[in-house]
Amino acid sequence: MSEQALPKLTPPPLDTLVLEREIAQLIVKGLNLPMQPDEIDPEAPLYGEGLGLDSIDILEIALIVSKQYGIQLRADNQENTRIFRSLRQFAKYVAEQRVK
Amino acid sequence: MSGLSLIAHDRPDAIVAWRGGVPISAARFLAEVRALAARLPASNHVLNFCSDRYRFAVGLAASLVTGKCSILPSTHTPEMIRHLRAFAPDVFCLSDDPRCPLALPHLLYVEPALPAGDGAPFTVPQIDAAQLAAYVFTSGSSGAPLPHAKSWGRLVQCVRAEVTRLPMSGLEGCAVLGTVPAQHMYGFESSVLLPLQSGSALYAERPFFPADIAAALAAVPAPRILVSTPVHLRALLTAEQALPPLALIISATAMLPANLARDVESRYGAPLLEIYGSTETGQMASRRTALEDRWRLWPGVRLTVTDVHCTAHGGHIARTIALADVLEPTDDEHFLLHGRTADLVNIAGKRSSLAYLNHHLNAIPGVTDAVFFVRDDSEASLAGVTRLGALVVAPKLDAASILQALRQRIDPVFLPRPLLLVEHLPRNATGKLPQHTLRALTAQAAVLQPNLFA
Repeated sequence: MSEQALPKLTPPPLDTLVLEREIAQLIVKGLNLPMQPDEIDPEAPLYGEGLGLDSIDILEIALIVSKQYGIQLRADNQENTRIFRSLRQFAKYVAEQRVK
Repeated sequence: MSGLSLIAHDRPDAIVAWRGGVPISAARFLAEVRALAARLPASNHVLNFCSDRYRFAVGLAASLVTGKCSILPSTHTPEMIRHLRAFAPDVFCLSDDPRCPLALPHLLYVEPALPAGDGAPFTVPQIDAAQLAAYVFTSGSSGAPLPHAKSWGRLVQCVRAEVTRLPMSGLEGCAVLGTVPAQHMYGFESSVLLPLQSGSALYAERPFFPADIAAALAAVPAPRILVSTPVHLRALLTAEQALPPLALIISATAMLPANLARDVESRYGAPLLEIYGSTETGQMASRRTALEDRWRLWPGVRLTVTDVHCTAHGGHIARTIALADVLEPTDDEHFLLHGRTADLVNIAGKRSSLAYLNHHLNAIPGVTDAVFFVRDDSEASLAGVTRLGALVVAPKLDAASILQALRQRIDPVFLPRPLLLVEHLPRNATGKLPQHTLRALTAQAAVLQPNLFA
């Protein structure tokens, strides 16, 4: 098996990390999750395994980001939304789309 | 035995469904049903797992015309699938997803290549009223799902009764959008059977986010009917989502507070009809929640109340069924609803029993004792959903691995938050854990592990 160079993972810029932290706090509080915001692994899946959120939680999160950031979440299929792949992905999406 | 029409649409160009703003005619629907019926394997049982509601309807219809029974569990966990295979060993899964994860033989729904207008006469199949159309399932206390047989005649009778309770004289020309799955009893009746049997059109899409619901509704002409639940209606209001004009909103699966009903009616300018029913009885009563507390039973349905429980029979209900709720009849046709009997839980419209859930939690290897509890300390979330917690004695396990094992067995909405590991559960001499003891333990755990109740 040939060796392949791993892609270089650069840490996200500081303002993205701040947004990640903010979103983690909103999610933990809004969903009454049994953990501290900084216990959420930013690369772990939000839906299903990982953080263990279900579709009701995803709807809650949609309401939270609507109120906080003015973003209207859309999806073709609620279960396969790319942006819920991780907190980091989600924060990037919010950073791009926010109007508040 | 008399036959009942598969669909009420009486012209080939009548609209049976909408997908992406494009109408699908009755002629096209029947041609797709014929094509799919020819592809179905010989078995007698189909688990219809199509997420597209039109394809679900074609699958249902193809099963009916070939005499196959549709299996409709409310959840599709690996454990449920194992039970279904034991219940109906020849069951296969019809799905529109090539990556369908269910451990069953699969038939993938494929769009048939059909000539435009094959000249075949427009003949609507007649299905025998006594034919077994579907099995639906509830959670038994032994941990195994309980099957309930639904005949075609009773299903049709129920949705025809539904039409008589709607505030319009007929539904022809309406489009019916559901936010609920077709596989759940309410979605099956109100978002699939109702359009098919009332000459209206069903939506293929099942939108989820408020903005998607608005877009789906806007893609079709009026009149439009929204079939939804308190969770989604609250979400629409909270998101302040604008919707195109609606003729009617239907809500079911959990009690809708009157003030929420009034807000919805005022915001969207449409009457809201709330439906009461169960997996066992199907839909059986309704009310205009914004205007009155009393429910009105579907035609012919009667209630009997004893000290112990309330039962329903008559009308479309095949046999006497014990109800999960406490009902107070006010006359022969009306009742007030007083909430659930103690063992049952309803989370975001999904129903289970604590006995069923406790069975599955205790069946996990390594769990020596465990109990679910209903969190009454949680603030109502934006969507108004409360959750369960659990106390577990499992000396060698951690919470994450127990949750993972539970995920194989029970629907995700019932997963406990939090799952607290404790040293033992102080059961009394008869093995019960009295409510006050459970509450004390939960409070104690909250003190010891405060971050878990943040």
